[in-house]
Amino acid sequence: MTEFPKIRSVGLGGVLVTFGDKATDAANRAAIAFRGAVDALALPQIEESSSTLVSAFFRVDLAQHGFAPLRDALAEVVAQQDWLAAELPPGRTLWTIPAVFGGPRAPQFGEAAEAAGLTAEAALAELTGTRLRVLTIGFAPGQPYLGTLGTHWDIPRQVGLTPHVPQGALVAAVRQVCLFAKDTPTGWRHVGQSAFRCFRPDAAEPFLLTPGDEVQFADVSQTELERLEAHGVDGTERTVLG
Amino acid sequence: MRALRVHQVGPGVAVQDFGRPGYLAKGLTRGGAADLLAVHEGAALLRQSPDRAVLEMVGTGGTFEATEDTVIALTGAAMTASIDGAAAVWNASHALPAGASLVIGPTREGTYGYLHVSGGFATEPVLGARATHQSTGLGALVARGDALPMGNATATPGMTLPRDARFNGGQVRIVPSMQTEDFSIETRERFENTVFQRDPRANRQGVRMDSNEGFSNPDQLSVVSEVIVPGDIQIAGDGAPFVLLAESQTTGGYPRIGTVLPCDLPRVVQAPTGAELRFAFVTLDEGIAVQARADAAWAALGKAVHPLVRDPADMQDLLSYQLVGGVVSAMDEG
Repeated sequence: MTEFPKIRSVGLGGVLVTFGDKATDAANRAAIAFRGAVDALALPQIEESSSTLVSAFFRVDLAQHGFAPLRDALAEVVAQQDWLAAELPPGRTLWTIPAVFGGPRAPQFGEAAEAAGLTAEAALAELTGTRLRVLTIGFAPGQPYLGTLGTHWDIPRQVGLTPHVPQGALVAAVRQVCLFAKDTPTGWRHVGQSAFRCFRPDAAEPFLLTPGDEVQFADVSQTELERLEAHGVDGTERTVLG
Repeated sequence: MRALRVHQVGPGVAVQDFGRPGYLAKGLTRGGAADLLAVHEGAALLRQSPDRAVLEMVGTGGTFEATEDTVIALTGAAMTASIDGAAAVWNASHALPAGASLVIGPTREGTYGYLHVSGGFATEPVLGARATHQSTGLGALVARGDALPMGNATATPGMTLPRDARFNGGQVRIVPSMQTEDFSIETRERFENTVFQRDPRANRQGVRMDSNEGFSNPDQLSVVSEVIVPGDIQIAGDGAPFVLLAESQTTGGYPRIGTVLPCDLPRVVQAPTGAELRFAFVTLDEGIAVQARADAAWAALGKAVHPLVRDPADMQDLLSYQLVGGVVSAMDEG
């Protein structure tokens, strides 16, 4: 099958380049790398770009610029290399975010570890020892979907929703961790709690995370989390990746 | 400070502009005014840039007073309006002297009404725009006691624009989009042949379309979440279409059967609850041509502005504008 990468128009609002029909890690890397490569070309018709789990999107006024010229320009970039094997763009950031795992602030940690077939110690080691990639940002402003955990973390969403899972929560399902931007009802399991705020409308940097960035969680005690919260900080450290 | 004081206000009044482009990758949609044609009409009436901030009003307006003499324009969904007790015509500009009482009451036709002031509203921008993004809590609804800062510019009161037929539903053109071919030809034909009613479930994120038909595609559950553009028609789990608007989420897991042309989107947003809407596919190339003509017509609205007097000569202008100007014809053809 040479169906992918697939280049399609989205309404009259832009062009989408899709690298697979399943949310695989390789398709996600390809989407992020491809977006970076096209952004570096600074094509004048492209007003902004984004990436989803498996696609790169380029916002273009098709009524002004037409579809065919953009399609052809993007097809040329597609043909340059095997994007499923591409390196991620340079200059990404590694974020180290303190979080509590288990206990009253993360009540479903034990249940999630069990669903993954792991002891609590092994689950903690994997959730804090794995550098997770920001696969995409969405659902709420600044909210990252992080992946990809091992196959044993392919735990389904629970059938009933937990009505309130707070801002800063780490929730797990389908080999991903989501870090909630706001209090949200969810079927994902609440495995950790950070003081991280995904969207800071009044700050100089309203959004910290970008697709392709990496996130590593650092295990802290509930006392330490509450000390951070009392000071209105999140304890996050950033390192620029080469 | 030049300001518009808010003495009373309805529950759905907010400052809007063209929204915040540039944050799609961060999970924030552009937002902005629901009826962009109404924004252009107000700008044409006041002879100012359409990127000036306006007040968007749903259901009812409020009671307002300007601290300095200004000129206002009223566009979009027609509402009852008066200035110091004298009726103020919709789709027109009016002098609003300092201290006069501007009362904007219930909607008479359509859904989203707009109040423009000369120079625009000069509230503090957040992330580069003044638009209120209600679903993410950026900005706040206008409240009683607010004083909304106004810009300063000259404008001519007593000018008007012809009113089109976008306020009662009708036919809306759509282009095939990324997932259209995932729906069977039979489903797409049935979609085009169905007369929908605008459901009461509607807000700035999207409008549900009601009918006795369902349009689900059997593979729906396996769709990977994908990017949304304004006008996308998603088929929700129960088979009902939702037309997504500028304040939707950035991505969604329901497949899109097509996308409403931007120039026809005002007809969807202005349709009142229960109004009948039909969707008709045009090819991508046809859609591009129709939209390019509409863009040109919206940019030339200033030429159709004329004095607010009942004069056969003006009626003649209005008629010729409709024939050559493109706005009305762009809405009704196809």
